[in-house]
Amino acid sequence: MASDRHDIEVSVNGTAYRRSTDSRTLLSDFLRHELPLAGTHVGCEHGVCGACTILLDGVAVRSCLMLAVQANGHELSTIEGLATKTGALNPIQQAMHEHHGLQCGYCTPGILMTMTAFLKETPSPSEDDVREALSGNICRCTGYQNIVDAMMAAAEAMRTTPP
Amino acid sequence: MKPAPFKYVAASSLEHALSLKAEHGDEARFLAGGQSLIPTMNFRLARPSVLIDINGLADLAGVDRSDERGVRVGALTRYRDLERNSDFLKSCPLFADALPHIAHPQIRNRGTIGGNLSHADPASELPALAVAMQARMRIKSSTRERDVPASEFFMGLLTTDIAADEMLVEITYPAPRPRTGTCFQEVARRRGDFALAGVAAMVTLDQERRCSDVRLALCGVGETPVDASDALAGLVGKSCTDQAIDAVAAEVQGIIEPSGNVHATADYQRHIAGVLTRRTLHTALQRAGHGV
Repeated sequence: MASDRHDIEVSVNGTAYRRSTDSRTLLSDFLRHELPLAGTHVGCEHGVCGACTILLDGVAVRSCLMLAVQANGHELSTIEGLATKTGALNPIQQAMHEHHGLQCGYCTPGILMTMTAFLKETPSPSEDDVREALSGNICRCTGYQNIVDAMMAAAEAMRTTPP
Repeated sequence: MKPAPFKYVAASSLEHALSLKAEHGDEARFLAGGQSLIPTMNFRLARPSVLIDINGLADLAGVDRSDERGVRVGALTRYRDLERNSDFLKSCPLFADALPHIAHPQIRNRGTIGGNLSHADPASELPALAVAMQARMRIKSSTRERDVPASEFFMGLLTTDIAADEMLVEITYPAPRPRTGTCFQEVARRRGDFALAGVAAMVTLDQERRCSDVRLALCGVGETPVDASDALAGLVGKSCTDQAIDAVAAEVQGIIEPSGNVHATADYQRHIAGVLTRRTLHTALQRAGHGV
């Protein structure tokens, strides 16, 4: 079959991009190879591990379970947009750093994007809420406890100093 | 990992989507939430030559409670939107129990009710809910439109009554009757995993608080959702004692045929089904008594 190309326009972290893409290109691969914003990681590529989680119009989704062409006209947020331009960490990143919420870091972009949407919707979560929200992200290094601690600390920091 | 090549078309209207499906038949698939279809395409277990994206069809999404016959839910309504719709959860409280069990938040943000039911995974929660609640499926093609009861919709493993030129467009859940209580519970190895067994129970009491109707459907224990309501006939017209509930739970265990898998033997699945039948019936009865 001849390749099926589509012109798309997406906004990623506030920057507009126009590209031509194959219909079969996954959104995760599009971000990594075409823009190229390689902060979004690719783990299982079938929706199980959560490493590729990004925000689509503010909602956490698995970018390996969407086609790039489906993102046409939508606003995406990725890990590259979290820190400030000068490199200062945002409160969720800072808490992960302080609580040793990562070791190898492979799953971290997906966890940070999942938690960005979660803490916005749930500013005062219980530990159990955090674990439920984290359930779609697999981490093989930390055993999760440090991530949960980091998220409780981040939630508190964000409540006391709103952005 | 990439899907095999295909032609992508974003449908501009329901008519457009249905005419494309009529033209391409089984070679074409509708793309709704994509949370089951895209992984199977990534694995190349599915290789549709045409993908008809229906995500732009806003008319297909949403909940309408204005119809006295029941609550109408558009096929493109996402789990996320049902979870956050307190009026809907009040009308259909089985969903309040069941939705949190469906995969993970990121999946629930994209996945749709119509996609779930059309996919017809027997371990999934919503097919069992549809059977327990006696939902009606509205199915449409370019040339015709029909209603199918949930009891006739699920025909086998990943197989429904939807023909190659048709789409499930809407599901109607009958309005709850007074003095009705419901409960859904399941057992899975980890949060978000498919259920080893799950049970949806619905109990209606009469004025004297005797059981006037009882419905029970299971997921994860057969090739389709299993309607076990007939096995509960012994409860109707009586006040449900613990012994009566134990007896029907044993009957339910007798009629299901779980296959067993790497996570659980068939015996263990049957055991769980019995335990969950008792628990869900007790809770549904309690809720019916409290008018919840």
